[in-house]
Amino acid sequence: MKPRHKRFIFIGLGLLALAGASMLILNAFQKNLVFFYTPTAVANGEAPKGRGFRIGGMVEDGSLTREGDGLTVHFVITDTAKRVPVTFKGILPDLFKEGKGAVAQGQLGADGTFLASEVLAKHDENYMPPEAAEALAKAKSAAGAQTSSTLVVNPR
Amino acid sequence: MGINWFKYSSPQAFHPLAGKMIPWFSVAAGLLIIIGLYIGFFVAPTDFQQGDSYRIIFVHVPAAWMSMFLYVIMAAWAGVGLGLNARPSFMMAQAIAPTGAMFTFIALLTGAMWGKPTWGAWWVWDARLTSELILLFQYIGIILLRAAIDDLRRADRASAVLALVGVVNVPIIYFSVRWWNTLHQGASVSMTASPKMATTMLTAMLIMTVGFWMYSFAVTLARVRCVILDRERQPMWGNQTSIQEVAEAR
Repeated sequence: MKPRHKRFIFIGLGLLALAGASMLILNAFQKNLVFFYTPTAVANGEAPKGRGFRIGGMVEDGSLTREGDGLTVHFVITDTAKRVPVTFKGILPDLFKEGKGAVAQGQLGADGTFLASEVLAKHDENYMPPEAAEALAKAKSAAGAQTSSTLVVNPR
Repeated sequence: MGINWFKYSSPQAFHPLAGKMIPWFSVAAGLLIIIGLYIGFFVAPTDFQQGDSYRIIFVHVPAAWMSMFLYVIMAAWAGVGLGLNARPSFMMAQAIAPTGAMFTFIALLTGAMWGKPTWGAWWVWDARLTSELILLFQYIGIILLRAAIDDLRRADRASAVLALVGVVNVPIIYFSVRWWNTLHQGASVSMTASPKMATTMLTAMLIMTVGFWMYSFAVTLARVRCVILDRERQPMWGNQTSIQEVAEAR
């Protein structure tokens, strides 16, 4: 074995060890790396208590209501299994829509309502012209099924 | 047998070859980027949700791809340099770093410009954005570490080790949207699934990507020529110096 072979093997082994170590680290930090908690995770008590966190999911169809002041909004975030009502006072992003993904930051009140201080729209990975989206929606309503890939939630 | 490729592993032979290739890559880069931007801005349809603001992906996504891809190439050159003790490999790694850093910065900047109208925030600390920001710091760290060490051999080896260690971040960036809940959306284009975007949009994005590749080739080759001249200035091979003269010059 020539010295350069030894060096390459050393580099390779080093990279392997590094990959292993970083996998362990990422596993250990798994919980801290999520950007938001799903309503199911909140229901299971996985979300941090006593401090703010983010909740993410779909805005339930027909759940968006606006109060008289025009700023305070109520809506429900759902992951189709559990639902969490959210109250927010402020300006919603343009892409915030019922049936689309959203992430809200704030605190869970005692009555189970999530008081949001910031609401972000979560965009999905689908890009298409409006005509195609229309055709797709027509086909979907014809089939009677309401599905969406807007929010991909890890099954953990 | 054709061309003896190993001939070009000598800086002396590679310098003129790089010089010959630069114009071709530059022209290809210019043409492809103009065509890609034209299709992206004027031909591609608007998006059903975002309207016209989505058009930033024609710069954002290719730049983000290049930032990761160039890092891997840079680390590969660094690894080859460490394994073979080859100066030209280190020179390539040195030449790639600033271009990679630039593409990382462009990806972050365009992402912020897109995030504000779409998400409602310039910046969020989700896994995808944070790991891409770390990639920018890695590039800067590698460039700085090299600049901080006067002895070229030690600078080569130190920055090569740093580049190789940092390569773990690339799969983290790429898979972050799949492994964790992030605000950043998942991949619209991947090798395992059919693209989730209209064909014209995809075409423009891929043309832009190839254009960025050509740009990276051209700029890296131009920079590696400067690096070669800078680092090999003592041997003076530019004007057919004999080995003895070189030895005397040292």
